[in-house]
Amino acid sequence: MDAEEHKLPLSQNPEWADVTPIPQDDGSNPVVPIAYKPEFIETMDYFRAVYKANEFSPRALQLTHQAILLNPGNYTVWHFRRLILDAMGIDLNEELDFMSGISENNPKNYQIWHHRRWIAEKLGADVASKELDFTERMLFLDAKNYHAWSYRQWVLQALGGWENELNYCHQLLEEDVFNNSAWNQRYFVVSGSPLLGGLEAMRESEVKYTVEAILRCPENESPWRYLRGLYKNDPKSWISDPQVSSVCLKVLSAKANHVFALSTLLDLLSHGFQANQEFRDAVDSLRPSNSDPPDSDLAKTICSILQHVDSMRVNYWTWRKSKLPLSV
Amino acid sequence: MGELVVDKHVKYILSVEKRKDSFESVVLEHLRMNGVYWGLTTLDLLGKLDALDSNEVIQWIMKCQHESGGFAGNIGHDPHLLYTLSAVQVLALFDKLNVLDADRVANYISGLQNVDGSFSGDEWGEVDTRFSYLAICCLSILHRLDKMNVEKAVNYIVSCKNVDGGFGCTPGGESHAGQIFCCVGALAITGSLHHVDKDLLGWWLCERQVKSGGLNGRPEKLPDVCYSWWVLSSLIMIDRVHWINKDKLVKFILNCQDTENGGISDRPEDAVDVFHTYFGVAGLSLLEYPGLKAIDPAHALPVDVVNRIFFQK
Repeated sequence: MDAEEHKLPLSQNPEWADVTPIPQDDGSNPVVPIAYKPEFIETMDYFRAVYKANEFSPRALQLTHQAILLNPGNYTVWHFRRLILDAMGIDLNEELDFMSGISENNPKNYQIWHHRRWIAEKLGADVASKELDFTERMLFLDAKNYHAWSYRQWVLQALGGWENELNYCHQLLEEDVFNNSAWNQRYFVVSGSPLLGGLEAMRESEVKYTVEAILRCPENESPWRYLRGLYKNDPKSWISDPQVSSVCLKVLSAKANHVFALSTLLDLLSHGFQANQEFRDAVDSLRPSNSDPPDSDLAKTICSILQHVDSMRVNYWTWRKSKLPLSV
Repeated sequence: MGELVVDKHVKYILSVEKRKDSFESVVLEHLRMNGVYWGLTTLDLLGKLDALDSNEVIQWIMKCQHESGGFAGNIGHDPHLLYTLSAVQVLALFDKLNVLDADRVANYISGLQNVDGSFSGDEWGEVDTRFSYLAICCLSILHRLDKMNVEKAVNYIVSCKNVDGGFGCTPGGESHAGQIFCCVGALAITGSLHHVDKDLLGWWLCERQVKSGGLNGRPEKLPDVCYSWWVLSSLIMIDRVHWINKDKLVKFILNCQDTENGGISDRPEDAVDVFHTYFGVAGLSLLEYPGLKAIDPAHALPVDVVNRIFFQK
């Protein structure tokens, strides 16, 4: 049955003659009164009637379909639909197909994603690849859709399908290296995939990958934070890994988009990194002509530059400067 | 730039009813309780809560309560944590928490806590750190935090912390300013802010300010007035709000006003709605804009209301 077949208003449809619609009670003098369209009013009046009567029937299921099309955010309609699906033992694969059409028009609707998860949970591992494909289609429309990512993480953890996930992250980052959601997913995979051996095992290849991404667009916040994350709970390796300090140096020497390189170098210095003359020269050459004279303390010089080039956050950099240990 | 057009915003909120058959009104039907909270909290911040008959609001709210103790978004709908907190907040605005059977509401909320400490939003089980905040904030207002397992709830929230210092909706979820507000707010209310890496998170949050002065919710996303609330309140709770450029943010919010008909939109020149009007005014209140009541960043209620809840009993 299709919603289009129901051209007759419910009040004139013989199939519904035995049901007495229940009107919405908005209270006596509502504070935020709502103007409803006639079709909406009628559908919801009949919905309230079948809902109250706990009617688990094909026509009630069809009615929830109509109500969902009118307002897919109505969580009570979705609840009732699940009760009907359960009671009638309907093939949930069909329900998944029904969902796909609605999802594409409402990509950020909590109820739709939750309903989908309820179905997939019941269908189990068999639908893992189908569900991963589905989120890929949704992420093709909006690569940062929070609901789609959250659902995808759930599918991976609950139903499996990790095999191609790192590749998928790579593919998205090739399309848009600024996609923070894809970087987050990459971290999720690298640190959590049962197939990859964990963060430490993956560190070397990931650092290489990240350094390349940084050099492509050094103004990109995400890979800088990702790089730091690869050394989670291991600041010693972070400071001593020459790949980290050298990517800072390379970006500084290129003299463009160097805010994150400076801030990373500042973090390294604050954690005990010893910078050689090459770093000092690279930083010195970035000092704006009207800034303070170079300080023997490299970290202080970096803060002065950042106060200048990232003036929106001047108070943050001033605070960072004030927290530096006194130079000897 | 101009100033905050207070009278126009009051008029806008009171006149939402006159916008007949708009698409917005239909899709808001099921979450009317949130709409009432956004509208009335804004009126209170603007000093105009008395423009409404509180009795009628309260009667309607109580009709939305389900036998389980939870509240629905409208009469005849199912209860959900989202609407339960809004209902309790609006009753608090009117100093009418005494009409509630607090234990009954608290039982509904604590019944939604899962074994791992997380909360579901309703009986259907969707889990999200948003629900942890809703539960904790609501139980706090009701003086019933002892009804839930605070330690486990805190541990779950901490498990959603990311390497950038932010928080996501579930463990591994991307940091998002809205989720950060929920997690930091819940940790603040339960006295657990020591779990937050304040300097790292503070920097991530102030990186959300873009050239126009507005704030976004994630890297490389567009600014939106709603983040004036999510980001600012989080920064205040971790005592780092001075790291952003306040003047530029004030200008951005004021530029999102409809100076003719009232209301605030997500970005300059867009259509206004009650949701963004609330977040704009609440953001300005956090920025100490003159003439507005102060708002509590954790409970999302005017400070005088929060003081009444916690210091007058």
